[in-house]
Amino acid sequence: MNEPGKRSLNYPLRRREVVQELLKSREGLLVVAGLGAPAWDATASGDHPLTFPLWGGMGGAVSIGLGLALAQPDQRVLVITGDGEMLMGLGSLSTVGLQQPKNLAVVVLDNEHFGETGMQTTHTAGSVNLAEIARASGISSSWTIRETSEISTTREKLLHEEGPLFCGIKVRAETLPLVLPPKEGEILQKRFRNALMNENGD
Amino acid sequence: MEPKKEKTREPQTWANRIHEVFKSHGITQVSYVPDAGHSRLIQLCRDDHDLRTVVLTTEEEGVALATGAWLGGQRSVLLMQSSGVGNCINMFSMIRECRIPFFTVITMRGEKGEFNPWQFPMGRNAEKHLKLCGFEIERVEKSTETQQVIDQMAKQVFMNSSMGAVLLSQQMIGVKTFKDE
Repeated sequence: MNEPGKRSLNYPLRRREVVQELLKSREGLLVVAGLGAPAWDATASGDHPLTFPLWGGMGGAVSIGLGLALAQPDQRVLVITGDGEMLMGLGSLSTVGLQQPKNLAVVVLDNEHFGETGMQTTHTAGSVNLAEIARASGISSSWTIRETSEISTTREKLLHEEGPLFCGIKVRAETLPLVLPPKEGEILQKRFRNALMNENGD
Repeated sequence: MEPKKEKTREPQTWANRIHEVFKSHGITQVSYVPDAGHSRLIQLCRDDHDLRTVVLTTEEEGVALATGAWLGGQRSVLLMQSSGVGNCINMFSMIRECRIPFFTVITMRGEKGEFNPWQFPMGRNAEKHLKLCGFEIERVEKSTETQQVIDQMAKQVFMNSSMGAVLLSQQMIGVKTFKDE
């Protein structure tokens, strides 16, 4: 079972439970959910107007989070994405490292697989450590967790510590029932803005 | 070797005009991949404390950044050169589907006087690619037209939630060359 790609079949953390925990009593939290399973996981925790789930734009989740964090410096922004999506946009970690947004947190649900396309292994099943890349990109608060016992402190850090923050969460490679958010991008965009602007009273 | 610009006849006041138009339209985030043709405008934006400038590692980041900015209630613009259009194409699908107002100002390469043949394929086709992606496009040939064209396109983009690109011709910005060549 030490073969790359098989290892993650036994990881203790389960992605849906992790996201459920991260998004419980979310208050004003603004969420960007990367395409594929992270978007389904976020939706399984409850479809929410202040979640922007992606159906495309692979590699862009962190950059969307950055633009949002710069526009709303008083709100916490949480990007939840997958290892495949993150690998396509590694440069965006450099851009975040340079900008140092205090209110941006990035979580990568790392199952070491491209889950939507036939469960091929990603680079993280082999040589790549995303948290180390994030740290070397200038996100000094970057770490990886693997155990259930680490989730609640991780949640506290992601939601309350000064950003930018990056957490790689090693999760079990598993195919779960689809829980799909609305698909129409224009609706997702408008409902997000409506919920946010109304909350801010303008 | 750093490429250098030849002196152009007209002073580069078009950059100041573009900066002013950005301000008048309430743009607050300016992202860019540097280009010699944009350098003065980039510097003006960097020196302006009301603007947040974001240097990117690739142009497609700027498309995603603009999406996030809009979700958060801010207007933005992406500055790039024509070769960057190719890097953005899949990300353009997102702003089209999500109807994000998106504004980009592009300095052209691969036009008359270009010294680098590798710039020709994107330079010659950037406009066609943008059209296919759903953009409205205007070209600026003379610096005196800059203000009006940029202003009209910004209006179009932000009032109608459309995708708009202004292409600054290579002749206007000054042809890039290697002096020691």
